[in-house]
Amino acid sequence: MTVESTAARTPRRSAGSKAGTTGTKRTRTTAKKDAGTEPQLVQLLTPEGKRVKNAEYDKYVAGITPEELRGLYRDMVLTRRFDAEATSLQRQGELGLWASLLGQEAAQIGSGRATREDDYVFPTYREHGVAWCRGVDPANLLGMFRGVNNGGWDPNSNNFQLYTIVIGSQTLHATGYAMGVAKDGADSAVIAYFGDGASSQGDVAESFTFSAVYNAPVVFFCQNNQWAISEPTEKQSRVPIYQRAQGFGFPGVRVDGNDVLGVLAVTRWALERARSCEGPTLVEAFTYRMGAHTTSDDPTRYRGDEERQAWEAKDPILRLRRYLEASHHADEGFFAELETESEALGRRVREAVRAMPDPDHFAIFENAYADGHALVDEERAQFAAYQASFADEGGN
Amino acid sequence: MADKMALAKAINESLRRALESDPKVLIMGEDVGKLGGVFRVTDGLQKDFGESRVIDTPLAESGIVGTAIGLALRGYRPVVEIQFDGFVFPAYDQIVTQLAKMHARSLGKVKLPVVVRIPYGGGIGAVEHHSESPEALFAHVAGLKIVSPSNASDAYWMMQQAIQSDDPVIFFEPKRRYWDKGEVNTEAIPGPLHKAQVVREGTDLTLAAYGPMVKLCQEVADAAAEEGKSLEVLDLRSVSPLDFDSIQASVEKTRRLVVVHEAPVFFGSGAEIAARITERCFYHLEAPVLRVGGYHAPYPPARLEEEYLPNLDRVLDAVDRSLAY
Repeated sequence: MTVESTAARTPRRSAGSKAGTTGTKRTRTTAKKDAGTEPQLVQLLTPEGKRVKNAEYDKYVAGITPEELRGLYRDMVLTRRFDAEATSLQRQGELGLWASLLGQEAAQIGSGRATREDDYVFPTYREHGVAWCRGVDPANLLGMFRGVNNGGWDPNSNNFQLYTIVIGSQTLHATGYAMGVAKDGADSAVIAYFGDGASSQGDVAESFTFSAVYNAPVVFFCQNNQWAISEPTEKQSRVPIYQRAQGFGFPGVRVDGNDVLGVLAVTRWALERARSCEGPTLVEAFTYRMGAHTTSDDPTRYRGDEERQAWEAKDPILRLRRYLEASHHADEGFFAELETESEALGRRVREAVRAMPDPDHFAIFENAYADGHALVDEERAQFAAYQASFADEGGN
Repeated sequence: MADKMALAKAINESLRRALESDPKVLIMGEDVGKLGGVFRVTDGLQKDFGESRVIDTPLAESGIVGTAIGLALRGYRPVVEIQFDGFVFPAYDQIVTQLAKMHARSLGKVKLPVVVRIPYGGGIGAVEHHSESPEALFAHVAGLKIVSPSNASDAYWMMQQAIQSDDPVIFFEPKRRYWDKGEVNTEAIPGPLHKAQVVREGTDLTLAAYGPMVKLCQEVADAAAEEGKSLEVLDLRSVSPLDFDSIQASVEKTRRLVVVHEAPVFFGSGAEIAARITERCFYHLEAPVLRVGGYHAPYPPARLEEEYLPNLDRVLDAVDRSLAY
């Protein structure tokens, strides 16, 4: 279970095996190919909460303290609580839509906590856990789902770009940003999030090409949550997604996306590669979308309960709790206190959303352009006159 | 210093000046480096500014614009080249869904000063996808600014202004005029980027055009003058925003308007001009606003393009029809 992918991390070996000039080599090629179709998974923490050794990645979490482990647990619990609150708020009509991250907490917290302050994150629209790690106020994430804006935070305050709804577009932005980091001679890294569905997008393939050609310091972090709305990953790819990196000339690794420690270690490794000018890396976090695609989706139309139950047994929060308890890194007091904090967060988010005012009507025209535009000015004036006509009639 | 130079060379000089004056300016595109671009617009720039500022990109238009957005987020001012008009569509998604909307999405916190250069238009006997005029497809999108110079001096100065703009600018270069020479005063103080210019004064009718059609309209005005008709020629220069005030001022004087562009007439910029000028100048107009442009058919093979593109006789015919009202 703890074998990690070497498929692309040892390009010399795979290059050698490709030659296939002798009988021996041909045999090796075949063996290699078989190994390639058998996905390999990095895992440091089993679903039962057992810590397993990993020669390659242990060193990236070697110094981790009980306090840091509790911190990861806290992050995941609070993120899940926030997510549940947002789902409730949608059901109550306070949000128009919500894209739940339920089940993906380890993938997001593990990778988010691997980033440094000066790193830059390019999320999709489901990276609530990563936003949490970057210090974005959870309430700010909800503006776009309530419909008061299309992105309510300053990306540069936390080096956390706005949510990108068009699938895969942000991977190119991340790559360009990383090209800029390299030009500046900075040692920051960039991380681009996307999903198994996005892996089919041309923009993702182009971002792999550009980042490889320019050796850009970017980590492609694919959360393979098994479902792109109703389509299983088999409809996106014939090979495990992490293996795609090989064809572009950089390493790809599959990590147990429900193992926060494994994700932390692998992402640290990948970010370190980026910082030391070794170029891009593809990390496939193998996880599961426990909930619906969004609150508008009905997963009972395309998948059964058994699958969900099987994944529930691999729950990211449960397994870290088991580990914390077994290793006596956390006591009852810690869990009780976290429960209280969690409820307080839910309350705070609920109140913040309910207090969120509708935007001013003229916000339609605001920020369409940075330097202004004559037509926008003209239409704003017409709109103002139209609005004012109601006031004249004694309306509001 | 006023020098006579070809329009392509004027853009080249303008890019050079931008690279010299602002270390954040980058040139990106297919074959823009060693080759200097298929039209040589970026000739010599990589040699003088290096591969990290004049970047030969992989052959992927969405990737070019998408990474330019990322570079702009990092503080750079990329000027990207799309090799030909018909090749912009792989990048259309990035331009429409990301480049155009990021400023609004971020409530004004993120600016994307990206210039997308597109050599456009026909008349050069090219194969399919090399002669199109897709400006209306971009003008429909809020968040983008769209300009097209008609002469070397404007090409030089409008490029300077486009690069300085904090909004994304789609810069349509009239490829059939690349080799036309004109005076360029590199020390002049340019007028506003989005302001139209009267390039020929007249009293009987206004011809409005931009990019490659301005020269044609001037020729039309010459021909009409021989018949005793006085045509005013307005170089619109900017398609978004359109300078309706200048069009209105001219139409209030001449009372007749013909809009000329290579792009198909149907849903083209001429349609928007006709609608708005009819609203603004209803009581001044002596004739409906007429349009001359491409037909609602795919751009034809080169041997037919002379029939498809507006030419002297087609524009004169529209002038006659307008004056006959």
